[in-house]
Amino acid sequence: MIAQLTLIERQHAIMISAAIALLGGLMILAGRDDLMGVHGALISAASIIMIFRIGGSYYAPPPSEDRLRHYYDDPSKVGIVLSMMWVVVGLAVGDWVAWQLVNPDLTFGAGWSSFGRLRPVHTTSVIFGFGGNALIATSFYVLQRTSRARLPDQVTPWFVLFGYNLFCLLAVTGYMMGITQSKEYAEPEWYTDLWLVVVWVTYFILYLRTLARRKEPHIYVSNWYYMAFILVVAMLHIVNNLAVPVSIGHAKSYSAFSGVQDAMTQWWYGHNAVAFFLTAGFLGMMYYFLPMRAGRPIYSYRMSIISFWGITFFYMWAGSHHLHFTALPQWVQTLGMTFSLMLLIPSWASAGNVLLTLNGAWDKVRDDATLRFMMVAGVFYGLTTFEGSFMAIRSVNSLSHYTDWTIGHVHAGALGWVAMITFGSIYACVPWLWKRERMYSPKLIEAHFWLALAGTVIYVFAMWNSGIVQGLMWRTYNESGTLAYSFVDTLVAMHPYYIARAVGGLLFLIGGCLGAYNVWKTIKLPGTAAEHAGDLPQHVVLGAGIPQAAE
Amino acid sequence: MIVEHAFLVGFSKSFGLFYLIALSVAVAIHAMKPSNKQRFDEAARSILRDEAEPWR
Repeated sequence: MIAQLTLIERQHAIMISAAIALLGGLMILAGRDDLMGVHGALISAASIIMIFRIGGSYYAPPPSEDRLRHYYDDPSKVGIVLSMMWVVVGLAVGDWVAWQLVNPDLTFGAGWSSFGRLRPVHTTSVIFGFGGNALIATSFYVLQRTSRARLPDQVTPWFVLFGYNLFCLLAVTGYMMGITQSKEYAEPEWYTDLWLVVVWVTYFILYLRTLARRKEPHIYVSNWYYMAFILVVAMLHIVNNLAVPVSIGHAKSYSAFSGVQDAMTQWWYGHNAVAFFLTAGFLGMMYYFLPMRAGRPIYSYRMSIISFWGITFFYMWAGSHHLHFTALPQWVQTLGMTFSLMLLIPSWASAGNVLLTLNGAWDKVRDDATLRFMMVAGVFYGLTTFEGSFMAIRSVNSLSHYTDWTIGHVHAGALGWVAMITFGSIYACVPWLWKRERMYSPKLIEAHFWLALAGTVIYVFAMWNSGIVQGLMWRTYNESGTLAYSFVDTLVAMHPYYIARAVGGLLFLIGGCLGAYNVWKTIKLPGTAAEHAGDLPQHVVLGAGIPQAAE
Repeated sequence: MIVEHAFLVGFSKSFGLFYLIALSVAVAIHAMKPSNKQRFDEAARSILRDEAEPWR
């Protein structure tokens, strides 16, 4: 990989790594009496390892000009491998905390393994580690192909990818040490947040630079979704994390917002993170890999445009539905509820687009587990967005909020939509990237598919039951007008569902492990199909039909 | 400058409503305009062209 870099690029990479190592050194000095010093050491160590990695191949012969004739796919390859590593870690920690809820002794008494610390490790690993790496990797892949242009240089994509993983690592290790600013999905402290801003702005500029070099006049819809994902996440991240640190050598900071403003800013961030991190980016993935894998264009390109702008207009305002019955002004709550309902239009337009694209190709869905992953993702996307709009209605929310129903809803989206579309896209893209005929084992993909689907269904049904039981018990009164059940009564009632949820999660985890193994074995497969497998081995392998008209 | 609560509410209830409606109408017209149909169909098919290399 380093041999692909030109001498100048190797030098740039070393200089950037050295600058980051220096920054880590300064953090060790400034934060020597604080946990921040530990993170300084981690940053320095990571960048010094990087310098040695590059240095080891520094004198390798320079790459030939021939490299410019091909897309630059090395960062995508590494991104996919990292993504599969994060998913195994993230799902394993997730299942561990699920069992902790069944049996609290499973923390084994350590501080770092308490539920409150491991739970954000789970969410960050799966959302940012798994999802984020998959988004970065596929965005580079899709961007180059739909623009028919190569990435403008070979250092920036690595900076984005490794810089982003450094962010994830700082976040996750921080939680276990107790570093958190207690904002859901935005837990990392100020210096980690600043680092992500640098990485993210670089990512956006890289995207724009590549688009500026495009040879295809039209910007394909996937790129719009990916760009919305990058741009809006930057905006959300910067505003929600505005904070003042206690001192420059101290990890702790205080938010610039307080009270209900803080809550509103947090849920403006939180819900738009769902919208633009967990939806827009993955829709970008879907709008490229689904037509490619099915061998037919998207059913309605017009519908994809309408849903793109619908999502960008409406989602921005939906966050306040997280704050029904709070100190937030009633009209802001109503606004959030109304926009959440309107979101059904763009959401179902995309979900419908998935199913209508596959309409007429159901034989492929039956035979090809990879395509089936994408189909099921579309179905769960439709179901979850319907459920989300429904739960945002104030009277429904009075029952569902603060209960496990919310957890069920989130996982229907995260497991059913986000993870399924990602696994489908990865299974489609790995053979194309590594120039293999196909994945190492189609049987393992099949097994992964059924484990993932069974795990998701068990998880979601367990949490629906648990949530509604919990919500109803909380609002049941006896004749004298006092609450009929104590909090502990509800815990006892939820216990069986917690066991079911942990079992569902375990199935999903086993599926993820099979996926990681399958990807690894595919990479290690001897012999490439490079001679006849271009970017579209799909056509070669299946002899897929001629693309049909879009509408 | 102090922005009154009532002003903000009034602004978001009036302008906020209409600019979103206007944007939605504009997008719907852009997407559904018959003269754009060919462009969009072409775009939908563009990714399926079998090309393994960037254009130079």
